Amino acid sequence: MNLGLYMAQRLSAMVMVPLVFGHLGVMIYAIQGGLTTAEILERTMGSLWWFLFYGCFVVAVSIHSAIGMRVIVHEVLKLRGLALELVMWAFGISILFLGARAVMAVTML
Amino acid sequence: MYFHNPLKNDRCAVSEEDILEVSVWRGTGDTGEYETFQVPARESQTVLDVVTWIQQQIDPSLSYRYACRVGMCGSCAMMVNGEPRWTCRTHVKKVTRDGALQIGPLRNLPTIKDLAADMDPFFDKWIAAGGVHTPSRSRAEPIAEVSPEDPGRVEANKGIECINCSVCYAACDTVANTPDYLGPAALQRAWTLYNDSKVEDRQAVLDAVSKNNGCHNCHTQGSCTQYCPNELDPLSAIAGLKRASAKSFLFKSKEDRQ
Repeated sequence: MNLGLYMAQRLSAMVMVPLVFGHLGVMIYAIQGGLTTAEILERTMGSLWWFLFYGCFVVAVSIHSAIGMRVIVHEVLKLRGLALELVMWAFGISILFLGARAVMAVTML
Repeated sequence: MYFHNPLKNDRCAVSEEDILEVSVWRGTGDTGEYETFQVPARESQTVLDVVTWIQQQIDPSLSYRYACRVGMCGSCAMMVNGEPRWTCRTHVKKVTRDGALQIGPLRNLPTIKDLAADMDPFFDKWIAAGGVHTPSRSRAEPIAEVSPEDPGRVEANKGIECINCSVCYAACDTVANTPDYLGPAALQRAWTLYNDSKVEDRQAVLDAVSKNNGCHNCHTQGSCTQYCPNELDPLSAIAGLKRASAKSFLFKSKEDRQ
């Protein structure tokens, strides 16, 4: 791992910290009063705030986990060079695609 | 497996219960096996004493490396019961398991023969990590005064007693999993140079340890600090390099390059 990847992983972790606590708080809040799926969607659909909140979360997770996966694949499977970079990018883009799809599904009208 | 009777070789009389079962790695390169020797146990005896006894009394072809025998030269490090140790300062009584010792060549390095590891990759990484001192002044200029209380000097002093024994390198799981990783000793050396005001281009040291095989691969497992026989702290040195390189990444300026 070089300095660029190291900084990307640390900075994305810094972004994730408040978002993880926010997400946990939302989950605890949502189950306290027994919110239904419809009630949750009513609050998230069309909300720019929730789109930005979970959109940032997905971008940060995609960067952070792809770099972490790169390290694991390199150390465990001994993959290196172009193949290693391709695995990292493929993993990151996949997570980004899946996450973005989920965020759009619950926030876009 | 081969067994040797020390009673036929040793001049001192020893009883059966005073015998150490010592397995020693024998072989060249990647191939070999452990060979068991019976060695007389002594009241005060180091692992290096045991290896030397085998070589002098049983098998002169046993290859191993040592020089000073007092923990200064860093030549005699080996794997003892699976853990890297400086054998000249390791008492047998403290490391035997059920009266048995297993002694092998250092982990994470190629084996030349028997207990002698090839140290070339270890020292090559010192150079790759910017470990060569590049002075900021020529010999024609007056020597730069450095206060012992200077914070940089204090930090550098923490790592300068490294004896290059490679115990930390053998203990490091990151080196085991990423053979190109520079390793704790080379990075600690880089940290001392980064903190040395006499070094001409300290940013060059940071750049050298910030590449793909550099300090950012460290998982902070701490085996280097745990096993360092001189009780140095390469783990903190690597953490220092990470902090300094991150700071340089975020606030790179002309000052940082000086």
